[in-house]
Amino acid sequence: MQQIFNFVIRNKTFLLFLLLFGIALSLTIQSHSYHKSQFINSANSLTGGVYGTVNSIGQYFDLKEQNTILVKENKTLREALLNTVKTSHDTAIDSSLIDKRFEIVSAEVYKNSYNSPNNYLTINRGKRDSIQQDFGVITSKGIVGIIDNTSNKFSTVLSILSKKSRINAKLKTSNQSGSLKWDEASPYKVQLEDVSKFANVTIGDTIVTGGQSAIFPKGLGIGVVEKYTIDASGDTYVIQVRLFNDMTTLQHVYIIKNNDIEELKTLEALNNE
Amino acid sequence: MNSSLASNMIRFIILLLAQVTICNNINLLGYINPYIYVIFILLFPVKSNRLLFLILAFNLGLLVDMFLDSGGVHAGASVFLAFVRPVFLKYAFGTLYDHQTLKFGNSEFGALIMYVSGCVIFHHLILFYLEIFNISQIILLLKKALFSSIFTVSLSLLLILLFRPRK
Repeated sequence: MQQIFNFVIRNKTFLLFLLLFGIALSLTIQSHSYHKSQFINSANSLTGGVYGTVNSIGQYFDLKEQNTILVKENKTLREALLNTVKTSHDTAIDSSLIDKRFEIVSAEVYKNSYNSPNNYLTINRGKRDSIQQDFGVITSKGIVGIIDNTSNKFSTVLSILSKKSRINAKLKTSNQSGSLKWDEASPYKVQLEDVSKFANVTIGDTIVTGGQSAIFPKGLGIGVVEKYTIDASGDTYVIQVRLFNDMTTLQHVYIIKNNDIEELKTLEALNNE
Repeated sequence: MNSSLASNMIRFIILLLAQVTICNNINLLGYINPYIYVIFILLFPVKSNRLLFLILAFNLGLLVDMFLDSGGVHAGASVFLAFVRPVFLKYAFGTLYDHQTLKFGNSEFGALIMYVSGCVIFHHLILFYLEIFNISQIILLLKKALFSSIFTVSLSLLLILLFRPRK
């Protein structure tokens, strides 16, 4: 017993180092595996407060650019509104009675990163705005990511620029679907994999979300085909997609609240049993 | 001792804030960021309690991780650097360190460069290894570590010299 104590006291620095490094290593390993809730994340009041203060100064620098984006979006929406053919035999329905499947919450990006293997954004909406894990995040141009951790006022978003993210996407014209991955090479490009060799792919085709998961509704923009190659196995295409979004200058984003997510999750849990 | 405690506390907070608000948004050439919070570990008093030093380095790394959503990579790299720092001290400063009379404020410039570069390169190698966590991407790892190290070393030396105490 005496010897054990002596050993611990003699090597106390080394043992403490092993303990602390072990903790750090386990946190790292945990962060590399998908969808385990992390203990250490930037969705808390300390980091949110600091980023909020910085953002309240920093947002003035690109006001002009953000205004242009907003005007463009308004233009598209107005055009869509004016060109909708309103059929006269529509019966008036009280809209509050209709179950809305998707709701939109706007949010501001407090922190954005695009140069590590797994990138996260921090946004200023959280549990009190009823944001949950697995809600989709988009801008007016295209998709951004998926909500990962939430605190009361803040959430972290797993960016599509991440090794961990797999998003169902398809070619807009031919409806051939595949999964969207990122090879860490450039923040402007992602890869669409597992697209059947029999699909008609042409450069410049639009890639949209596939709608096979509960996260993103069908048909949201992602990007355009820049080039495509045949996979090493020879059966599928690997398509380089140039994103519509500039992931390096995100400021205002929208969160898509899916009101059916609980039901879908329960159903999927039943299937997995 | 009290002024040393106060100056270390202030250094801890200022370096942490500067790291997460300024240095992580530089993104030179798209991916190069300096990690100046290592200055805290570099300049921590040599004679103080090593256990406290390890815990402080770990906490500093963990706070940076919290801000950057990077799991535990900065905590791991920081605590590793804190543990092996005596090796670098001995290598760079030699007898000065052996006699426990080392003061960073009035040390020789050449030795300081050796010490800072050694520590920073070591820290960055561990950091990017943990971040990428895949030995098959060793070229990417070395590239990131090299460029970030150059940036961090030059910025750290500049800051250390700029804020060294007046004689």
